[in-house]
Amino acid sequence: MSATTDPTYRSATISVLVENEAGVLARVIGLFSGRGYNIDSLTVAPVDSGRNRSRINVVTSGTQMVIEQIKAQLDRLVPVYRVADLTEQGPHIAREMALVKVVSSVAEKRAEALRLSDAFRARVVDATVGSFVFEMTGSTDKLDAFVELMRPLGLAEVSRTGVAAMARGPGAISD
Amino acid sequence: MSTLAPELARPETATLSGAEVLLRALKDQGVEVIFGYPGGAVLPIYDALYQQKAIRHILVRHEQAAVHAAEGYARSTGRVGCVLVTSGPGATNAVTGLVDALMDSIPVVCLTGQVPTHLIGNDAFQEADTTGITRPATKHNYLVKRSADLARVVHEAFYVARSGRPGPVVVDLPKDILIGRAPYSPPPTDMHRSYRPQTSPDAGQIARAVALLKAAKRPVIYTGGGVINSGDAASDALRRFVRKTGFPCTSTLMGLGAYPANDPQFLGMLGMHGTYEANLVMHGCDVMLNVGARFDDRVTGKLAKFSPDARKIHIDIDPSSINKNVPVEVPVVADAARALEAMTAAWDADPTSPQRAELAKWWQQIEIWRGKDSLRFTQSMRPGAIIKPQYAIQRLYEITRELGRETYITTEVGQHQMWAAQFFKFDQPNRWMTSGGLGTMGYGLPAGMGVQIAHPDALVIDIAGEASILMNIQEMSTLAQYRLPVKVFILNNQYMGMVRQWQELLHGGRYSESYSEALPDFVKLADSFHAEGMRAHSVDELDGVIRAMLASPCAVIADIMVDQKENVFPMIPSGAAHNEMILGPEHESEVAGITDEGLVLV
Repeated sequence: MSATTDPTYRSATISVLVENEAGVLARVIGLFSGRGYNIDSLTVAPVDSGRNRSRINVVTSGTQMVIEQIKAQLDRLVPVYRVADLTEQGPHIAREMALVKVVSSVAEKRAEALRLSDAFRARVVDATVGSFVFEMTGSTDKLDAFVELMRPLGLAEVSRTGVAAMARGPGAISD
Repeated sequence: MSTLAPELARPETATLSGAEVLLRALKDQGVEVIFGYPGGAVLPIYDALYQQKAIRHILVRHEQAAVHAAEGYARSTGRVGCVLVTSGPGATNAVTGLVDALMDSIPVVCLTGQVPTHLIGNDAFQEADTTGITRPATKHNYLVKRSADLARVVHEAFYVARSGRPGPVVVDLPKDILIGRAPYSPPPTDMHRSYRPQTSPDAGQIARAVALLKAAKRPVIYTGGGVINSGDAASDALRRFVRKTGFPCTSTLMGLGAYPANDPQFLGMLGMHGTYEANLVMHGCDVMLNVGARFDDRVTGKLAKFSPDARKIHIDIDPSSINKNVPVEVPVVADAARALEAMTAAWDADPTSPQRAELAKWWQQIEIWRGKDSLRFTQSMRPGAIIKPQYAIQRLYEITRELGRETYITTEVGQHQMWAAQFFKFDQPNRWMTSGGLGTMGYGLPAGMGVQIAHPDALVIDIAGEASILMNIQEMSTLAQYRLPVKVFILNNQYMGMVRQWQELLHGGRYSESYSEALPDFVKLADSFHAEGMRAHSVDELDGVIRAMLASPCAVIADIMVDQKENVFPMIPSGAAHNEMILGPEHESEVAGITDEGLVLV
């Protein structure tokens, strides 16, 4: 049976609070590659410099059994404080930022790109007579949609941050 | 990204060199013995070792052997084993030992030298990215970049190695950190900031487990290395619980000795080369209690057909072992001793009666299976008759038992290892040291060395094959240097026997590269290493050689020439289920079909 036909196959957004020390990201990435887990997106940055902590957000997919395994494997890494499966916990916010470069000197295409960027609440952060760079924040789906729309209008380059995520409501990961 | 102050140490506390701080930390962690090999990057440590008496250094002949020796030391004592190797090749040679310890959950701290911090990343002489290389080979690793961190990191390494599910930890030590002054701090008393494994079981899960077991009609208790790692209290608790419940008990390769092998409730080892009764009990049970085992593929066989009717309880200290291969109904994350003690108390407190009548019927069935005597073999006693390898182990067991000495067995990997597991009966934990998870040929001799260092007066026997023993044969020199009377008992069939067995059964008898060509004369080899060599060619010589070996005050290599064609049975072929065992030639039995799917499995 192929894994993707398993009815429990799902996407999971997992946040991991770690000690900000050398090699911690390599440990997490090595765990995923060594055990054959998927990484759809991964971000990491210090979030609490006073306590020397970083937060890793990883979007992965797998059967329920695999996702439980991923969480258990992450949790037993020595520098890991906490592992939270935001998808399983309930409502959460997942956002990423993209820089999208569109190159075109055709007036119609430039005008259409600007109109669409307005509709998507993207900002123009750089403009020349032949190009735009849009900055846009939103869900992965929204960014995907915007990038697709830009393709026929002269899409030249995309740079994305990967997902930053957090549960809705008053609960916090360090609780 | 760190914002900590560069040097927090007060000058008056930093009067020791890094190497001296390291040795002091080791001493405070209770280290009495280090297995190691010197080199440029660790010279400061060797210099400090030379000037003290608290820690004994055992000079091995290869770094891999240092780690296996530390494993043997750790497994036979329940303490953390300690290794010291140099940078570059010293560290890379240690990697096989580290992965071995990782797979078998053995607590080891391995100190590796490193080039000075200012040269790291410059491809300096004997530089290797040791933390990078050993990251997937260890439970955790550290590179000490600041003298102020040294003592804390060493203490933490020992804590991580022995806590939760034990494992190997590497501490990489740049030479400038070892030479420069460093502050000392004693082992911390507060909890580790992030690594706090759960050791007490959840009471609700224990109650659910006991309710399942009380209602069980065809129960089994399946135990593993976790019981050994948990310590004597776990083996004691297991014995009490098994006797109280009257349930049958089987064990993985790693768990042998936790429950006495001669007890009637013990079914023998399970799995690929387990007994008929153990595997059929696993297949037919309705409730399974797994204590400290991990549903390894050597044990489960084909997962889709594994124990199809059982409701499963799994006690493990590592949450990632639970529901990894086999979904279970009642997970219990806890130390094995604590969980078994809680189960025993809950069993007594629960007013429900167990299913005594059904259990009696289950035992009747088990006795029928046991009656098959699946380990049976025939040894001709005619003078000059060739020795069956099983008989050699059986006699070794019987004669050591007769002598009544405290006995520790290590093994290499292959057929001899399985025969040792089948025919040497262990009644106590920590007496059996074998490479289970990684299957490392060359493990047994250095491991035996570590055991003998820890137990100088005990009888230590490495049950070996003629191929495996050559993988770390250089350690005979270490045995000579420290006068370690380890007995190497070689079952010499002139083949990599397990490879040969698989080639016979799965590859049409094409014995590709599995013949042990150009073997040394092991008797002369023993002699050249200042040990005693002896040989048995035929069955009438066997007892005499075993007795002479055991009576010798020296290290011995006993070369036992055995039947080349003997195979290990029973056998569950890869990709088959527990009820599709192949029995030996002694039994008329249907041979399980070996599937293409099974052929790709190892």
